[in-house]
Amino acid sequence: MTNLAKFRRNRFASVLVLFFALGLVSIGFSGVNKLVTPAAAKIGSEETLVDKGSALFAEGCSSCHGLNGQGTSDGPTLAGVGAASVHFQVSTGRMPMAAPGAQVMRKAPSYNEEETLALAAYIATFGPGPAIPSEEQVGEWQNASVSEGGELFRTNCAQCHNFAGSGGALTNGKYAPSLGQATPLQIYEAMITGPQSMPIFSDETLTPESKAAIIRYIQELNKSENPGGMDLGRLGPVTEGLVLWVVGLGVLIIFAVWIGARVR
Amino acid sequence: MSNTTVNKKTPAAYNYVDSRVGFSAALKRNLRKVFPDHWSFMLGEIALYSFIILLLTGTFLTLWYKPSMTEVIYNGSYIPLKGIPMSEAYASTLEISFDVRGGMLLRQIHHWAALFFIAAMVVHLLRVFFTGAYRKPREFNWLLGLGLLTLGLLAGFSGYSLPDDLLSGVGLKIASGIIQALPVIGTWALYFLFGGEFPGTEVISRLYSIHILLLPGAILALVTAHLLLVWTQKHTQYPGPGRTEKNVVGYPLLPVYTAKAGGFFFIVFGVTTLLGALVTINPIWLYGPYTPDQVTAGSQPDWYIGFLEGSLRVMPAIEFNIFNTWTFSPNVLIPALILPGLMFALMGAYPFLESWITGDKREHNLLDRPRNAPTRTALGTMSLSFYILLWIGGGNDIVAMAFNMSINAITWFMRIALIVVPPLVFIITRRICLGLQRNDLDKLLHGKETGRILRLPEGGFVEVHSPVTEAELPKLLARETYPVWELPQKVDANGIKTPKYRRQLMKAKLSAWWTKGDLPIPTMKEIQSGQHHAHEALEQAHEFGVEPGKEEIVTSTNH
Amino acid sequence: MTNKFDINNTFDPDNENQAPKVSKEVATKLPTPAKGVDHYLRRTDTDPKAAKRAERQVAAFFGASSFFTLVFLVSFFAIPRETKIEVSLIGVTSAQNIVLGTSFGLAILFIGIGAIHWAKKLMPDVEMVQERKEIKPADEVQQEALDAFRVGATESGVGQRKLIRRSLLGALALFPLPFVVLLRDLGPAPKGELRKTAWQEDLHIVTDITYAKIRPEDIPVGNLISAMPENILEIQEEEGNLNERGKSAILLVRMRPEDIKSQQGPDWDYQGIVAYSKICTHVGCPIALYEQRTHHLLCPCHQSTFDLADSGQPIFGPAARRLPQLAITVDEEGYLVARQGFQEPIGPSFWERGA
Repeated sequence: MTNLAKFRRNRFASVLVLFFALGLVSIGFSGVNKLVTPAAAKIGSEETLVDKGSALFAEGCSSCHGLNGQGTSDGPTLAGVGAASVHFQVSTGRMPMAAPGAQVMRKAPSYNEEETLALAAYIATFGPGPAIPSEEQVGEWQNASVSEGGELFRTNCAQCHNFAGSGGALTNGKYAPSLGQATPLQIYEAMITGPQSMPIFSDETLTPESKAAIIRYIQELNKSENPGGMDLGRLGPVTEGLVLWVVGLGVLIIFAVWIGARVR
Repeated sequence: MSNTTVNKKTPAAYNYVDSRVGFSAALKRNLRKVFPDHWSFMLGEIALYSFIILLLTGTFLTLWYKPSMTEVIYNGSYIPLKGIPMSEAYASTLEISFDVRGGMLLRQIHHWAALFFIAAMVVHLLRVFFTGAYRKPREFNWLLGLGLLTLGLLAGFSGYSLPDDLLSGVGLKIASGIIQALPVIGTWALYFLFGGEFPGTEVISRLYSIHILLLPGAILALVTAHLLLVWTQKHTQYPGPGRTEKNVVGYPLLPVYTAKAGGFFFIVFGVTTLLGALVTINPIWLYGPYTPDQVTAGSQPDWYIGFLEGSLRVMPAIEFNIFNTWTFSPNVLIPALILPGLMFALMGAYPFLESWITGDKREHNLLDRPRNAPTRTALGTMSLSFYILLWIGGGNDIVAMAFNMSINAITWFMRIALIVVPPLVFIITRRICLGLQRNDLDKLLHGKETGRILRLPEGGFVEVHSPVTEAELPKLLARETYPVWELPQKVDANGIKTPKYRRQLMKAKLSAWWTKGDLPIPTMKEIQSGQHHAHEALEQAHEFGVEPGKEEIVTSTNH
Repeated sequence: MTNKFDINNTFDPDNENQAPKVSKEVATKLPTPAKGVDHYLRRTDTDPKAAKRAERQVAAFFGASSFFTLVFLVSFFAIPRETKIEVSLIGVTSAQNIVLGTSFGLAILFIGIGAIHWAKKLMPDVEMVQERKEIKPADEVQQEALDAFRVGATESGVGQRKLIRRSLLGALALFPLPFVVLLRDLGPAPKGELRKTAWQEDLHIVTDITYAKIRPEDIPVGNLISAMPENILEIQEEEGNLNERGKSAILLVRMRPEDIKSQQGPDWDYQGIVAYSKICTHVGCPIALYEQRTHHLLCPCHQSTFDLADSGQPIFGPAARRLPQLAITVDEEGYLVARQGFQEPIGPSFWERGA
């Protein structure tokens, strides 16, 4: 029998072929799935922030949001969203949206910080809305109490974002994203603007001190300290059960087979 | 001859104990007892060893854990919870995790071992089911095993609720919601378990005594009975060379089985400990203390309660208001109580149902290959597919997040799949089993395919088959024939109605269904002629220089 | 050897003293090598050098185990409890946990691996066979056992003496009852507490955790607040438990008044601000996943979804009843207060609930 024929009759041949096929498919799929980000427009150096924003807006946003931000069938009106909302959406890369779907996804931002501030300044002229929180306001998080932040986080945030900010499912394909990459400013902005499905947590009902504590807690979570070992995504018993069955029982059964196997 | 003088060959210590206990006869009978050796027989051992590990690590944990719901302000070393009010139970669990050296390790080993305990019981149950090891005389052991599984589920639930953290507390609230939905007695049962409304101040300490005293005691008792039966009935074995219904072939207790089984205990313990060292499980410090107005996204119970969680999620919203006075809630009672009750009842009744259908009242010590009992195997895979669908449904929000799907779509998919998929799995499994039976039959009648094609000098191609070796024959021949009962007559020749007509009719129909499609078992003559032909073809092949592999065999005669 | 009864000589295996003869049991034969089973020789059976090598390997495994046990013992005392260490794939973790755990785990594992390697390579692996007898004892033995029962039962007289039998059954039937009755004080009798919460007229609504009163103008459209009655901490202190938290927890959301399709009562909202119970009517999880744009409220436990713009009706999932709404208004100072208590029991169903 040739080696190929011997291989075909090996017990593990079908398993190997399956893994090979799976590998091919996953590599192919991830290659096709790369998101395309549009190029940012060039800005002249002598314009004001609002003018810069106007130019960027006309180029990158007006096709979906209308030339005056009044909204079209492809995108909602931007009147009254406020600079904070724009800064949040653009700095997290959610806007411009790459592909339509149940929810916008975070990705690499298409505009740098200066351009983002310009867009925010321009869109803020469409109508009054939440302003970008000041550095002092946001910076308070470093002095806040982490345990108070934990209490506030568990009451106001964990039900959507999960106990460790790993994210959670909402209805009909929407989801509350993971907080692992959010900066303190972005967290503050999200709370006061309520992006997409997220409700608003105004500064009067969830005070800046409370928000600072929450941000402090989220920063603590994102330090990824895992005193018990590998954290399996911080998603709870589902991933723990997966590891048990695949790794735990798998290893034990391999040992059991070894124990009963014939010795040469 | 006086027997008070010690025989010189008997060690003094042995004689000292033996004179008082008198165990020599028992030792003589049992020290070289033979145990069959197959890896699939070690699955139950994983469960047993995990239980021992649970007892050991659990005892350590009881030295520091406080089962009290009294509120305290945390002042231990885990900073993100400092100053937070919490129950003493939660605070003591934090103390074990962060202030007791090795405490985190012990806690994690304990929790991993609990997951292993139940997983091993499930896999062991599947092995016993698919090989027909529950048949006479082992029906009692099957029932004991189901009892152990139930106790394990309760022990696990009560155990992970003890830390009183947010995740397990939500699970307790769900349990209280299920209890209070019971008709007539619901609110009473709720008040009695919790000492009043939920959460009260009693439930944690009550769960504690259930978890460390009542359940381990019951499990120990059942495990002892279970192992005693295995010992006295002797373990089953797979069909193979030299193995019959009337013997046990394997290795003696001392030294081989002790080394292998004992060694496996250390391996299970070692793997569980390594998991406890390297992989976080139940990070209660991240969940936070329980308060009944907080919840986390992705609330799931431990894996073994997952099927109940799934059934609760996919159940449609059915509730009845009776005369505006009483509320009856099938949307809670069916998935949480009736479904698991049915599942366990069916599993418990199964050995008796099968022996009624097949009429088989013989003792069975040789195991069935799953392919040789296609209906049983198909029923098993069908039930397993139902269970797995429920299990996945229990994590539908995690699945939705991981694969970017809609939880609503997943829930609807599960509702339909639970009805459509199991029968499909039944049909497919049956077909596969019958196909494998055909494969075996072909091997017996024509020999094994070698993959070498011979071109004959007179033209034409033929594949060389090698004869089945003597060692392989028992496995291929080990298939039971089950009778198909004749359809009963409604009235006999004298016009008298047949007693128990409906039962007999059902039994006849079921037996026909049980054996449907089974291939005929070949006679020895057919087998021998088939092997003869294969042998001839092989010799012909050798003449042409075709050599399918050879092995150096030392038979028992020249050993 | 003497036939006289000797108090020091009562060990009499051959029954030579005049005790009644009993039948001897058939001892199971000791196992013998199995016939008809192919036996393959291992390298360690034929080659003494291979056997010696295997022996050294087994010893190495046991030695490794001892080494790791020592690592555990030393690390337990040498590594300070709070030490953190960064490990790839794990992140920052407790040095104690990972070092103690890995060393202990390997120590245990190597004992097992050593024992099994020893069994596989060096212990005889000739398959033995032992006889299996039918479990069911011989008919005569069964009859003898049953006879023993019959004789004993007859001697007890329980069959004949009906008076004894009946009064015994009566006593035994009653005897367990105290055990059941003793459980009565496990809890109080339910008295309808499930129907009531702390909410009542003019009770201020305060934010959870920070316990601050709320003005309607501070709540923009789309805002979500987890709220409690203002006296929640007092009640907790008084009752010494968290029960009221699990009943009085509410959610406040604001929508545009034109978006409210229906409510559970006329003017139960305040200028678009509605208050609903935070406890799911399915099995009682707190429910707070509010989707601002759709006004849907999702429960994370079993995915029941309620439409807060439409009287809290369930629109998906296993919950069958709407979320109870709390009627609210403002007091003279302009803070939000409840108009009245809940008009139906909150939380999961129970038998006596009725409407």
